[in-house]
Amino acid sequence: MDRFRMIFQYFQSNSESVMNGICGLLALASVKMYTCFDFSCPCLPRYNMAYGLGIMFVPPVTLFICGLILNRQSLVMLEEWRRPQGRRKKDLAVIRYMCSSIMQRAMVAPVVWIVVTLLDGKCLICAFSGSVDPEKFVGFANASPVQVQQLLAKVPCKDDELMRNNTSRKAVSRYLRCWSQALGWSILLILIIAAFLARWLRPCFNQATLLQARHWSNYIDIEQKIFQETCCEHSRLFAHKCILHFFESMRQEIKLHSFSLPREGEGAEGEEDLLQGITDQDQVNKLLKMWYYEKPPLDVSRV
Amino acid sequence: MDKFRMIFQFLQSNQESFMNGICGIMALASAQMYSAFDFNCPCLPHYNLAYGLGILLVPPFILFLLGFVLNNNISMLAEEWRRPQGQRGKDQAVLRYMFCSMAQRAMIAPAVWVSVTLLDGKCITCAFCTSVPVETLGNASHPGLSQGEMKRVLARIPCKEIYDGQELIANEVAVRYLRCISQALGWCFVLLMTTLAFLVRSLRPCFTQAAFLKSRYWSHYIDIERKLFDETCAEHARSFAKVCIQQFFEGMSTDLAATRCHPPRKAPADGGEAAEKLLGITDQGTMNMALKSWHRCKPPLHLHPPALPSGNGWAGEGQPPAHPPVPRRERAAYYSRV
Repeated sequence: MDRFRMIFQYFQSNSESVMNGICGLLALASVKMYTCFDFSCPCLPRYNMAYGLGIMFVPPVTLFICGLILNRQSLVMLEEWRRPQGRRKKDLAVIRYMCSSIMQRAMVAPVVWIVVTLLDGKCLICAFSGSVDPEKFVGFANASPVQVQQLLAKVPCKDDELMRNNTSRKAVSRYLRCWSQALGWSILLILIIAAFLARWLRPCFNQATLLQARHWSNYIDIEQKIFQETCCEHSRLFAHKCILHFFESMRQEIKLHSFSLPREGEGAEGEEDLLQGITDQDQVNKLLKMWYYEKPPLDVSRV
Repeated sequence: MDKFRMIFQFLQSNQESFMNGICGIMALASAQMYSAFDFNCPCLPHYNLAYGLGILLVPPFILFLLGFVLNNNISMLAEEWRRPQGQRGKDQAVLRYMFCSMAQRAMIAPAVWVSVTLLDGKCITCAFCTSVPVETLGNASHPGLSQGEMKRVLARIPCKEIYDGQELIANEVAVRYLRCISQALGWCFVLLMTTLAFLVRSLRPCFTQAAFLKSRYWSHYIDIERKLFDETCAEHARSFAKVCIQQFFEGMSTDLAATRCHPPRKAPADGGEAAEKLLGITDQGTMNMALKSWHRCKPPLHLHPPALPSGNGWAGEGQPPAHPPVPRRERAAYYSRV
């Protein structure tokens, strides 16, 4: 019993670290998903932009929603928000704190995806190859607008027969990749500076409110876990009593119907107690049949 | 007993995480199955669609059913659904809760299969290669090809080695186009599934929290009650067997004592427990007879109340105050040749 309580307490006190762990796993999963994903630009004039931007923005939305689903605290927060007031006042500061911590954790995986996409460059090359100014590149300067669009759309596809030996293709590709990587690094730098400032400057503003909000959000989380655990324990005891009551009522019924006088001075007391007065095959069969056909009522107050 | 209870409680309180673990394993198995599967497009006009859509839709259905089969709680749900009402009312909300939570977990592996299939692209390429818009992507004005011929040529798109329509439409162009559509569908499907999951999870606290708490408690209760009943029955069976066997040995020992015409050897006072445990059988012949009797003629499943200990051990001497109707035992006649 003690060891169980110890393990349980460890998990309770470390719910923050459990959530951080999930957040980290999701970020790693996001990188892995990107590397496994077989990016394949369609190389057609209007489809490129849709595909490129789609791959850059739809998976992050999915990862964000996944981050919200996998975080237990989001359910706790929603319950706290929607519960009737009753005799316990609702503290909006706590709900806001929980909401912001959930959002921060859920944003990590999408940001990782976007940064990895930008640093890799394929998405931006695919999406914006058709928007490049053809005058800047020798190979595309002397062609009709329609042809230029077609050719530019094929830039992301290295193996296409038209593009295989085209030196301007590499130039466009390098140009777009340079922009993509610059954008990626800038976003990363801005986010890290923002996170750094947020952590350093936070103690300067409302530290007391923050401590209170954090304490009570932790409390709500732990309270819910303990409630669930108590319900499990209670239902186990309830079931135990119900079953014992059932065996007892079967024993009384057997006594009523079989005229066997009560035994006095039993020799093997321990075993006879466990047998609960049910001592032959027919009685056992009857007990099992009764258990199926007529389960006892959910009422142990008569025990 | 305590240690068992401790482990049991731990598993119970973590039943959700146990089921989630199985769910995750099935999802990984589904992805692994797809990568191990050797996709082999037939490259024939009508077979392509059937094969492609079959691979897209039949394995998820199988995985969904497997998710139900592997879930231990399905028999519990069936039992609760079919039991006669008796003295305990049936709560439809509890049944619905149990079914919904099982169905949600069973949906994950099929969803993973469909997503991986769409994101990979081979299935859609195979299924829809005959519907590629040749006018926009290739040379529709390529002469000398009837509709049927064109379909036959287009059907070979997934099989690069035998594709002979390079002038009609380039193989890479068609494959890239179909793959782009497939991946777009795949990501939309993933987004849709996660949004649905999020809505299902987050709408519950807003609307039906009290009913949910009730259903969850009673569904756990039904599970625990079933397990405890099985445990109690197992304990009862153990005690039953112990008393039955004890009575068998006592019966043997009494029988043999009666046929040998001398009182059963009483355990010497200083023999201790070991002598008592011998149950009156103290030589090879007697033991062999006991074993043979156990095999040939097992005792009935009826435990008679233990006979009260009488003065000098003679069976039958002295009347016990309460005289329950003991069934007559057949006495084997052993003729001693002493």
